[in-house]
Amino acid sequence: MSDLSCNFLGLNLRNPLVLASGVLGTSPGLLERVAACGAGAVTAKSCGPEPRAGHANPISVEWAGGVINAVGLTNPGLKDEVPILREAKARLRELGVPLIASIFAPTVDDFGRMAAGISAAEPDLIEVNISCPNVSDDFGTPFSGSPETTAAVTRKVRENTNLPFTVKLSSNVPSIARIALAAEDAGAHAITAINTVPGMLIEARAASPVLSNRVGGISGWAIKPIALRCVAEIRKAVKLPIIGLGGISTGQDAAEMIMAGATAVGVGAAVMQRGPQVFALIAQELDDFMNAEHYPNLEKMRGIAIR
Amino acid sequence: MSHQDLFLTFTVAENRKENYRAQTLVLDAPLPAAQPGQFIMAWLPGIGEKPFSVAAADPLTLTIAAVGPLSEALCRLPIGARLWARGPFGQGFKLEGKKLLLVGGGYGAAPLRFLAQEGLRVGAKVCVCLGAKTADDLLLAEAFRSLGCTVWTATEDGSAGLKGLVTGAVEAALRDFRADGLYACGPKPMLLALVELCRKHELPGQFSWEALLRCGLGLCGNCELDEETCKAAGIPTGWLTCKDGPVSFLSSPGR
Ligand SMILES: Cc1cc2nc3c(=O)[nH]c(=O)nc-3n(C[C@H](O)[C@H](O)[C@H](O)COP(=O)(O)OP(=O)(O)OC[C@H]3O[C@@H](n4cnc5c(N)ncnc54)[C@H](O)[C@@H]3O)c2cc1C
Ligand SMILES: Cc1cc2nc3c(=O)[nH]c(=O)nc-3n(C[C@H](O)[C@H](O)[C@H](O)COP(=O)(O)O)c2cc1C
Repeated sequence: MSDLSCNFLGLNLRNPLVLASGVLGTSPGLLERVAACGAGAVTAKSCGPEPRAGHANPISVEWAGGVINAVGLTNPGLKDEVPILREAKARLRELGVPLIASIFAPTVDDFGRMAAGISAAEPDLIEVNISCPNVSDDFGTPFSGSPETTAAVTRKVRENTNLPFTVKLSSNVPSIARIALAAEDAGAHAITAINTVPGMLIEARAASPVLSNRVGGISGWAIKPIALRCVAEIRKAVKLPIIGLGGISTGQDAAEMIMAGATAVGVGAAVMQRGPQVFALIAQELDDFMNAEHYPNLEKMRGIAIR
Repeated sequence: MSHQDLFLTFTVAENRKENYRAQTLVLDAPLPAAQPGQFIMAWLPGIGEKPFSVAAADPLTLTIAAVGPLSEALCRLPIGARLWARGPFGQGFKLEGKKLLLVGGGYGAAPLRFLAQEGLRVGAKVCVCLGAKTADDLLLAEAFRSLGCTVWTATEDGSAGLKGLVTGAVEAALRDFRADGLYACGPKPMLLALVELCRKHELPGQFSWEALLRCGLGLCGNCELDEETCKAAGIPTGWLTCKDGPVSFLSSPGR
């Protein structure tokens, strides 16, 4: 038995595996189920200021490399989100599993309002989603597209909450290290990377994109090499802890992510392939791997591949 | 290099009228892996994509009530038109025992047709109870009869069969059909009433639930069955209709 416990910004996770935002939503019942299935922490679906129905079906299609989605940030809006998260937090506390809230907003000022508002639910951590590829500003770029906008959102969130927060980045930039550095300088406590990678799939015999939104975000094993590269670059640029994710579906994948410098490891699309029990399965495989390779704990493995 | 189809492409081979608003689409190819109770996500590009139960697998057959934009467009498809589908998805019915009591409300008759076919094929006796608002709304009654099932009907206005809810027909059927299990698909209030009926008769039950399905992959969390229904039907909370369901099992009734 290796020691899988993971200290993330003072939170004690029984293992480094974190449910990725947007996967299985925000309902207390589902977050509780994921926690009972062995996750170290769970992230709720991103919430914005107003309720959103999301895009029309098809919103998500499986393909050989994983899955493409454009759910369109379906969420109940801040006002209804807070009591839902409170209930989720109460149930998760029983299980000793931290709750991460996730927020997005259309403007920098709205990010401030979201940070202040969501803090009322007292999540253990706030994830600031500035990288969703499926909704964007008038120019089609998410806030994570430049160091300046990243810093502006980060500063605004910092001014509006006393809770620790992590900034979630996109791989779709010339230098993710510069973006991470901007977040660190502006007061972020941690970095989450990566969000889905923008893409499109076409059903040739229908002569049509498969998603109603035409384009979407790719996740699953096709993006693992991109995610590992991003996390390694961020690790070298900043001191902040990192939730590394993108295509992690086995214990060995998780080990690779930690070797790239991640503190904790997010799991999203693999829930589709292996079910909610994927967390217990990956934890067991990670334990087996660490035993076989003689790593007594995560710290001994962390960043080892990029030294 | 392997190529994986994102959607399966089908062509309409036959489009049959079932009642004033429901059609049966017989497609040009089988969906060999499909089990009764499973569903496909049917897609018409530019119009939409929604779950439809497999009403027969060889060839793939759907029975669709035209109630909105997608279902209307599907019902209007001419012979030779294409439609696209992903699946089969979900946990279907498990055939158990030799005397099956099937209970359908609305389009719920569609998956039961496939189940009846499979049950009869392995030598089971199949009794079907169908409920609807009026005689015009009844679905597939003749199809079940011609397969060789005993059919009971109930309509709310008494225009066909017993007057009242389908539970009345079920009680009547159970008087001389000693079923080994009950298999139901239909609206939530009907299923909840049947859960209670199964408890009362100590009858194992299988129930196919409806929810607003989005991804169909067990990923988005949208189709979680509400906790109140879960508690009433002996289902663990956090239950995903698309992946854990649509069929739930009440195996030890009476408790
Ligand atoms: C697992 C599963 C299996 C399904 N199998 C079938 C099937 O075999 N055949 C089938 O016809 N449908 C089936 N459905 C329902 C189907 O997926 C759609 O919801 C339905 O066709 C309506 O879609 P729409 O876009 O046409 O209309 P929408 O715009 O979604 O609905 C129009 C209106 O009709 C109402 N409505 C929806 N469904 C019904 C209904 N059945 N009867 C009366 N009113 C309704 C809606 O509440 C809404 O007010 C299934 C659903 C699930 C979850
Ligand atoms: C269906 C789906 C919905 C998602 N919704 C969100 C979201 O609301 N907010 C967010 O920050 N990321 C969202 N993501 C991205 C994931 O959190 C994750 O960053 C990405 O999928 C990469 O990890 P994976 O390969 O393990 O899935 C979503 C991903 C999927 C597949």
